[in-house]
Amino acid sequence: MSAETAQLQTQDVPGRSLWVDAWRMLRSNRAAVISAIVIGGMSVLVIVGPWFSPYSYDFTDWSNLSIGPSAQTGHIFGTDTLGRDLFVRTLYGGRISLMVGVVATIVSLTIGISYGATAGYLGGRLDHIMMRIVDILYALPFMFLVILLMVFFGRNILLIFVAIGAINWLDMARIVRGQTLSLKHKEFVEAAVAQGVGTFAILRRHIVPNLLGVVVVYVTLTIPQVILVESFLSFLGLGVQEPMTSWGALVKDGAEELESAPWLLIFPAAFLATALFCFNFLGDGLRDALDPKDR
Amino acid sequence: MLRYSLRRFLGAIPTLFILIAVAFFMIRLAPGGPFDSERALLPEIEANLRVAYHLDEPLYRQFARYLGNLARADFGPSFQYRDFTVTELIMTGFPVSLRLGASAMLLAFVLGVTAGSIAALRQNSAVDYGVMSASMTGISIPNFVMAPILILIFAVYLGWLPAGGLGGGSLRNMILPVISLALPQVAYISRLTRGSMIEVLRSPFIRTAKAQGLPTHKILVRHALKPALLPVVSYLGPATAAVITGSVVIEQIFGIPGLGRFFVQGALNRDYTLVMGVVVFYGAIIIVFNFLVDVAYAWLDPKVKYA
Repeated sequence: MSAETAQLQTQDVPGRSLWVDAWRMLRSNRAAVISAIVIGGMSVLVIVGPWFSPYSYDFTDWSNLSIGPSAQTGHIFGTDTLGRDLFVRTLYGGRISLMVGVVATIVSLTIGISYGATAGYLGGRLDHIMMRIVDILYALPFMFLVILLMVFFGRNILLIFVAIGAINWLDMARIVRGQTLSLKHKEFVEAAVAQGVGTFAILRRHIVPNLLGVVVVYVTLTIPQVILVESFLSFLGLGVQEPMTSWGALVKDGAEELESAPWLLIFPAAFLATALFCFNFLGDGLRDALDPKDR
Repeated sequence: MLRYSLRRFLGAIPTLFILIAVAFFMIRLAPGGPFDSERALLPEIEANLRVAYHLDEPLYRQFARYLGNLARADFGPSFQYRDFTVTELIMTGFPVSLRLGASAMLLAFVLGVTAGSIAALRQNSAVDYGVMSASMTGISIPNFVMAPILILIFAVYLGWLPAGGLGGGSLRNMILPVISLALPQVAYISRLTRGSMIEVLRSPFIRTAKAQGLPTHKILVRHALKPALLPVVSYLGPATAAVITGSVVIEQIFGIPGLGRFFVQGALNRDYTLVMGVVVFYGAIIIVFNFLVDVAYAWLDPKVKYA
């Protein structure tokens, strides 16, 4: 990271771009930096960690059913009532939770950007109709519809991605549309139009890349929302299916064994809360860093 | 004002219609039906049943019938609880949920506004940082994590409060559920209040009031509070939705026999009509509440023109 930083610092003498400025602002925000490091570390741990554990997520250790955290048995987070190693399960749950967070965010991003950029750039009556549709959908209690979907069509991880992604694109569409409206009268867009570049190419080459700032902020704030929704579904027993797990499902299991085995609640809950906390802080920091009003 | 309200009201109708339509067609597309059981029914009997429940009619007729029944607050029979209609089940669960949700909203509003105002008055002090960190924590810990942790501390370890149940509706049994439901909202509302209060306190009319020698608490209550509350009022719509959704899990965790528990049980037992009834019922409440919040906002904010 330091080489990159040095490079950025030598570049910023003549003209400072938004990104260089934002990078400096972000680095001076200690909470955001720590959050980013924690998220990075957690992602690595979740991906790599299970390879170094002697246990797998569905292995039952019959001689160590429901024991507390101890280094002697090798179960550093303890085991659940079925003798499965909680450390490995927490990491596997993290894989699912983080993956749902990222994939569902990409789904909502794709829908939101294409919808918002189209509405904003084409404008006129089409824009009016498209935004009215967003207004109407906005008031729908989507959480309940997602639950309905999971109840009626069964628990399917693909369905979770799509369903959660489909709830979250509305904000994105609104933000992107607003940005597009202000971008489309800029000189570089007019130049492209004058040169005869097609509408779709202008959207792809000139509008969407300039939306990146808001999109980055929005992504870091959407990921924790999505993780939260997935945990909520898993907590209701509608998320991923046993023996696979996610942080929400682990918290649910832990809550049921609260009195006899509190560690089953505490470890997954700590991972979930830490991840949400860090994403929120990082998102706040990015918003401050990328907001031009704030300098 | 009346025209504005009317327009807002007309805007809420398509939303409600879409909600009902989506729920209705989802249930029709779902695999399985009301008469599935271990013992297959005779074809004649099943045909008769289908006629009795109007399942033999074309889909649009069924939809129209369902809408008509809804207008008369008839959500149809429950698949699981054969002796009850969904309406009866909703009416037994809803008062309990309403009490829980309303208490949580009230607590969130009072506590959130108070904490936010204090933080704004002492901006950048230790109190401010304390309130803001606490609120960030509150936002990051979901209520279904908070609830078991509160139970662990206050019911299991300290033994001060009951871990669950309704206890005949006694106050002691309501404390933990209401707190776990309210905390995330307290966090949001205090952040919102702090932000807008800081902005309002910088505005000229507050400076004028200070220059005239009004004491701080009078300035706060008489002049600053109303404009500072505007963003909080507009957040009350989403807050209602969040509290209603949250109460589904909170009721489950604390074993409170409210509507949310029927909903989860219905979902797990595939009691389609019950689940759908609750979704339409709660959805309608959220939509109506959003409408009321819009109208209240227009009434409070002198800048909104309701032409």
